[in-house]
Amino acid sequence: MLEIVDLEVKYGAIAALQGISLSVKPGQIVTMIGANGAGKSTLLRAVSGLVGITSGKILFDNANITNLPAHRIVGRGISHAPEGRMIFANLTVKENLEMGAYLRDDKDGIASDLERVFSLFPRLKERIHQSGGTLSGGEQQMLAVGRALMARPRMLLLDEPSLGIGPILVKAIFSTIVEINRELGMTILIVEQNAHQALKIAHYGYVVETGKIILQGPCVEIARNELVRKAYLSES
Amino acid sequence: MKIHKSVIFLASAIVLSFLATLVEHRLNPYYFQIIIYIGINIVLASSLNLINGFAGQFSLGHAGFMAVGAYTSAVLTTGLFSSVNPLLNIPLFALALLCGGIVAAAFGLLVGIPSLRLKGDYLAITTLGFGEIIRVVVQNLDFLGGARGFTGIPKLSNFFWVFLTAAAVIFTISNLINSTYGKAFTAVRDDEIAAESIGISSTRVKVTAFVTGAFFAGVAGALYAHFVTYINPAQFSFLKSFEIVVMVIIGGMGSILGVIFSAVLLTILPEVLRTMAQYRMVIYSLLLIIIMITRPQGLFARRRFGKHKAILKI
Ligand SMILES: Nc1ncnc2c1ncn2[C@@H]1O[C@H](COP(=O)(O)OP(=O)(O)OP(=O)(O)O)[C@@H](O)[C@H]1O
Ligand SMILES: [Mg+2]
Repeated sequence: MLEIVDLEVKYGAIAALQGISLSVKPGQIVTMIGANGAGKSTLLRAVSGLVGITSGKILFDNANITNLPAHRIVGRGISHAPEGRMIFANLTVKENLEMGAYLRDDKDGIASDLERVFSLFPRLKERIHQSGGTLSGGEQQMLAVGRALMARPRMLLLDEPSLGIGPILVKAIFSTIVEINRELGMTILIVEQNAHQALKIAHYGYVVETGKIILQGPCVEIARNELVRKAYLSES
Repeated sequence: MKIHKSVIFLASAIVLSFLATLVEHRLNPYYFQIIIYIGINIVLASSLNLINGFAGQFSLGHAGFMAVGAYTSAVLTTGLFSSVNPLLNIPLFALALLCGGIVAAAFGLLVGIPSLRLKGDYLAITTLGFGEIIRVVVQNLDFLGGARGFTGIPKLSNFFWVFLTAAAVIFTISNLINSTYGKAFTAVRDDEIAAESIGISSTRVKVTAFVTGAFFAGVAGALYAHFVTYINPAQFSFLKSFEIVVMVIIGGMGSILGVIFSAVLLTILPEVLRTMAQYRMVIYSLLLIIIMITRPQGLFARRRFGKHKAILKI
């Protein structure tokens, strides 16, 4: 479904991605784990068109989407919940979610998707008229995921949905992600520092270090890997 | 529901401004002039509010667009349209106002597309430059009167046209910002990257706001030209742009009512202060400073705008 070939991204002189190749099959949850600054967010931004690409190719459903503008890529069916819960502080919860469906005009479909997001995240429904900026961190995270779902994408890109959230809520968010994958058949690419949770829910995993993939395989295998256990699962 | 309300608003604006026109010559000419200026300033400040307040871009070129509208319409009414049957004066004036707006909007597109595609505060600089370039170019164009100015413009602006335009601006802006497209303005202002990530073309949103603002500034310039009947480049210097920016800030960025109120206030205030003779500008500036210190979000800022947002981006 998503095919990334030899992707390179530079920020000025800094090479954030140095030839990454990766693929995501339909219906899968794929995770990419790596330390701070490894290039995880950069990869997602490159896929969704938020940063320019130096070289390489990105194919979605066999169509070349390399260097399409971001708003066109959303139209193709890829939805990105960016890192740091970039929600719209001056719009209400409901308006934020409705903006997620910005490119759609099927009123009924939007209304039913709104209900679906509220059943996935009941907390958001309780705060439907509260402005986005006054939500707690975890609630903002839910809103960011919900907003991405409102585009009714075929593929969801999630950037550290557990960032800065307490353990109980993290569990809830991850089980919701599994629910989204199973019940909607949604293909998901999720980048995480919380390797423990990510490897538990994903089917296939990649480990990145300073812009390069150093390891890949089914998540059960990655979780058994000596290096990963030491560096990312803090086991000795 | 909303459409219904705004139709009533527009209809009553037409009727009221028409009725006002019937009695306008009974008014003391000095008051008449001030009320006309109030209307024109409402148009200018509200349209700039669309750019600076709602879309979060910082434009300093409103006087430039005003100049474009003023000269375009003046050329039309004194040249092309002057030999036509006087019975057609009214529709032709409407057409001249429209052309003033359209040409200003075209300039807005020309300035807006390159500078709004870049992230950051390029717009403030390019619009400031644009305003000055327009002024200097007009100064050197003989057929526009150069630095001497353009004389003999027919006095066609009255309460009807001025307040109809003011109503049209308010109508356009309030309908726009309550629509999904208008919410995209807020989205882009809150977080441009997030807006892009849900499919909003932030450049397009910003250009729309900018061009719409430029259009109304052009119409305001045309109204102004056909009220004062004499225009020259100095009337459209960057000081005029600043004056409009101040109206928006004092009224509260992004507040429709606040900006209308401050346009009224800041048109009347200098007149009231005339009695203070040479201290006038000192007191005027002091009042502005006091307002900014006590109400940094503007007199009528909408509560929705979080305090954490910087009021001025530059
Ligand atoms: N806009 C930018 N300008 C310059 N350098 C950048 C920019 N964004 C990211 N970088 C650099 O690119 C590298 C990769 O950053 P990226 O945000 O992709 O890391 P990450 O893996 O998502 O890290 P984290 O887990 O901390 O979010 C880092 O060295 C970072 O400093
Ligand atoms: Mg990151």
